[in-house]
Amino acid sequence: MKLTISGEVKEYKDGISLVELIEAEKVQTPEYVTVSVNDDLHGARDFDKITLKDGDNIEFLYFMGGGC
Amino acid sequence: MIKLPKRFYDDIVEYGKNGVPEEICGLIGGIVSDDDKEIKKIYFLENIDHSNEHFSMNPAEQFAAVKDMRQNGLSPLGNFHSHPESPSRPSEEDKRLAYDKNASYMILSLMNIDEPVLKSFHIEDGISTEEELVIEEE
Repeated sequence: MKLTISGEVKEYKDGISLVELIEAEKVQTPEYVTVSVNDDLHGARDFDKITLKDGDNIEFLYFMGGGC
Repeated sequence: MIKLPKRFYDDIVEYGKNGVPEEICGLIGGIVSDDDKEIKKIYFLENIDHSNEHFSMNPAEQFAAVKDMRQNGLSPLGNFHSHPESPSRPSEEDKRLAYDKNASYMILSLMNIDEPVLKSFHIEDGISTEEELVIEEE
């Protein structure tokens, strides 16, 4: 199936989970990443509950913060 | 090298000054060619900490900005935030929370509000390196 990941269309096996995708995409420090699946936002505690489907649009977004 | 049009520089400085005493923050989008990053659009985001010592970007606004970048053929290039009372250099917290090694981290110092200083940094494994930032007249 085809997934659009950070704007790029990629081929992945049917029924891949979000956890598997995060591993396959080598996402660093996933505990600090929020994932958008078709504009729905998911934090790390939801990753293992989500199975992806053909045509899904995925964005990985790192927490952005800091101090002074 | 990272190229920032002067009008965006002016906008960031104005946003930073208007935000004092709080830190302000935002995202930068643009294009990458060879080793250069060219900023084409900036996004002003809410600092949900509303603090003069910390910032956290509003996640929903982050996604909206990235979505807008995709729709306009741009790539996320990094972010900016202000230091209202300290120099333009990554703090220990900035380095600890810099999870994206591909991002440029721009810091606007307003400790002398009449002489703002904007610098850009690459941060990886807790080590920061200043990037060449060119402010371009248009």
